[in-house]
Amino acid sequence: MPKLKVDGVELEVPAGATVLQACELAGKEIPRFCYHERLSIAGNCRMCLVEVKPGPPKPQASCALPASEGQEIRTDSEMVKKAREGVMEFLLINHPLDCPICDQGGECDLQDQSVAYGRGASRYHENKRAVTEKYMGPLIATTMTRCIHCTRCVRFSEEVAGVDEIGALYRGENMQISTYLEKAAKHELSANVIDLCPVGALTSKPYAFEARPWELKKTLSIDVSDALGSNTRIDSRGREALRILPRVNDDVNEEWLSDRGRYMVDGLTRRRLDKPWLRRDGKLVAASWAEAFDAVAKINPGSAVAVIAGDLVDCETMFAAKKLAGALGSTLLEGRQTGLAYDCSNLAAVNFNSTLAGIEEADAILIVGSMVRDEAPLLNTRLRKAVKRGAKVWIVGPEWDPTYPATFLGADLAVLGDLPAELTDVFGKATKPAIIVGGAGLAKGGIAAGLAFAAEFNLIREGWNGFNVIHMAASRMGGLMLGYAQKGGIADLIAAKPKMVISLGADEVDYTAFAGSMIVHIGHHGDKAAHVADVILPAAAFTEKDGTYVNTEGRVQLAEKAVFAPGDAREDWTILRAMADALHVSVGFDSFEQLRAAMVAEVPALGTEGLADYGPLPAAPAGVKPEGVIAGYPIKDRYLTNAIARSSPTLQRCSAELIHGETFAEAAE
Amino acid sequence: MAARHAEPDSPELRARWGSFAWTEANAAKAKEIVARYPAGRQRSAVMPLLDLAQRQVGAVENTQGWLPLPVMEFVARELDMPVIRVLEVATFYTMYNIQPVGRFHVQVCGTTPCQLRGSDDIMAACKAKGMKKGHTTADGLWTLTEVECMGNCSSAPMVQINDDNYEDLTAESVTHVLDELAAGRQPKTGTQLPGRHTVEPIGGPTTLVAMVGENHDYRGEW
Repeated sequence: MPKLKVDGVELEVPAGATVLQACELAGKEIPRFCYHERLSIAGNCRMCLVEVKPGPPKPQASCALPASEGQEIRTDSEMVKKAREGVMEFLLINHPLDCPICDQGGECDLQDQSVAYGRGASRYHENKRAVTEKYMGPLIATTMTRCIHCTRCVRFSEEVAGVDEIGALYRGENMQISTYLEKAAKHELSANVIDLCPVGALTSKPYAFEARPWELKKTLSIDVSDALGSNTRIDSRGREALRILPRVNDDVNEEWLSDRGRYMVDGLTRRRLDKPWLRRDGKLVAASWAEAFDAVAKINPGSAVAVIAGDLVDCETMFAAKKLAGALGSTLLEGRQTGLAYDCSNLAAVNFNSTLAGIEEADAILIVGSMVRDEAPLLNTRLRKAVKRGAKVWIVGPEWDPTYPATFLGADLAVLGDLPAELTDVFGKATKPAIIVGGAGLAKGGIAAGLAFAAEFNLIREGWNGFNVIHMAASRMGGLMLGYAQKGGIADLIAAKPKMVISLGADEVDYTAFAGSMIVHIGHHGDKAAHVADVILPAAAFTEKDGTYVNTEGRVQLAEKAVFAPGDAREDWTILRAMADALHVSVGFDSFEQLRAAMVAEVPALGTEGLADYGPLPAAPAGVKPEGVIAGYPIKDRYLTNAIARSSPTLQRCSAELIHGETFAEAAE
Repeated sequence: MAARHAEPDSPELRARWGSFAWTEANAAKAKEIVARYPAGRQRSAVMPLLDLAQRQVGAVENTQGWLPLPVMEFVARELDMPVIRVLEVATFYTMYNIQPVGRFHVQVCGTTPCQLRGSDDIMAACKAKGMKKGHTTADGLWTLTEVECMGNCSSAPMVQINDDNYEDLTAESVTHVLDELAAGRQPKTGTQLPGRHTVEPIGGPTTLVAMVGENHDYRGEW
């Protein structure tokens, strides 16, 4: 705990802190470009210069200088001011003055810091350097002349994403950032370099020239593209959500966001259901709300109702639908659309108990049937960190590239009954061992096998719970908490032959099994369910309603409404409330507040933001013999996993180009 | 230093170099080089291996050698490292040629000491032989590059041709060196001044003269 002085104020900083961190602790702003809390220290922009005594009589780069006992640091001296002005002037020598046509304008570190720390005018009258554009794929637009060589993008790809594909070629003034042979950046977190870029060298291609940051309304939201519940900010203008950016939450997404979650936004204005539709003589025809509710009333299902929740819906919608079904006398609720039927009697057994931040501390990890990079991209960065700290990873399932060293144990679950000696050895000695059961594992009875494994290696101990399940749907944990699970899964609903099936944006269901049922689709996109629905009631997407989401670790989070739903579309709960009137039943709420209050009264955990407590894990069922071969992972196309993503031209292009290898001619600029 | 560019990827390049592999001798050498570094740190061998690969390419082409992209990819595979990291190294250091070069790569130093001692004449003499800065002559014999300081300031001006330095040059002596090389003979390397051995002071020592014969304690004279 070194004690030092910053601008004359004495303070104590944690051991291992840098001078820059010490200055921040003292409340001093240190300008920087290359330094980033979550990346390694490069020390190449020189913007963070401060005066440090004892030391050489010249400014020091504070980001790379360890704080030590008795240092006297000045951030306000004449030397520091001159040093910053000098560095800024050098950085601007080769930076074009194209702020008016640069997408970074208004949220540009270089712009802000040159105003704050620059000298105000240029003395440079020579030609500026020009650098050719580099192709980096469908998401990243490049204007490499603007690059100031901070190498944040290079470090992000290498350290966080674990995919070495961006590099700094050549040297000195000729240094250029590029991917190898200008191939597209291919990994699932590639667009985060756009946020990291302190200048306008890497900007978002789909968002190019859309808006200026000061025009945008910022709304706090939750990502629904996977079950991690990444914290996001929706930037909207007028009635349109224009972009989604990650928000810092160290417990969930740190400050990253998957490409899927980021570019789903382009799907929100396309293929929308903006008026009710009815199927007449096999064809969908547009209708009014009154006609639509008449049609629903005409179904008159009695208690033969089933509700299927889609992957993107919030808890309030599911609760409203549950109430409606309950008022009609039905408890046929299911959210696991693809037919999974794992036991949900104890939610602790289907939860990510180590927590997303906690898994970083694990020192032995067994992954059962999960292609983590597709199912939970940001969990993979956590696992990467764990491996960097020395964790050993084994994976049961077909091989994929985890970006860190891992041992594949084959695709046959039977291996869990016959573990290699090396694994048992490491798990026996580990202090924080963990198992992660993913989508493909859940389908093959992975939970029972996982619980047996947890018991065998004592995965639950003081201050540590190493039993984890990864879900892939943002609605899953909330749905399970609300009882959207039948013993036999969706097969129970099929067996009950309901007269009416209410689909809450359930686009992944195989509706051929419900041939005898009337399908009422409450959804926002004209996707798979709309093709088979008999009545379509247009609803709001996640950006268009307030909602509660529970992520895979049982974290309750609230998302806010950013924009209004298009056309005649309404928020889901109002549709369900009106349906209750059409069917002449009472659901017991007339406003969103009443709905939420009723929901919290029934499931109190949904009322408090933060981790829900599911109690202790159940004992492993006796006599489980894990078996079955994992033939493949549930996500076939990581860019097109839900209705919104499938409607997004950006993600369609990603899928075509990055997964299916199609080539696109670049438009001349 | 002129801006460098890696030779662009093309089907011809792939066809020519796609199947690059070590010769038997170089394979043994590469193994020995990699073994110099601790296990798991084999990436550290990237620079010597790139040099080895460049020399092997040179032996095939009878030039100084260069690094086509497929060869860099081969080195990356050898060391199990991402090819972009190999490309970073190869493009950073100017001793790696990333474009084809001729039989003799003439690198004329143009930095201040050499310039003051007449590197312009040296450059002119090279150009008189038909060389053009940054280009290879049509007969494939010469590639001319102007480089920054090579650390031979006390015997300036100098050129480096492939692995050898030629120092204390004049227009005549550099022409002689080039003629000899073109004729397939090996001219004297190092200083071209008659009577000079390495970089000792010309015409005898001018400082510490008392120490030439025997040891002398100067401290009393300070």
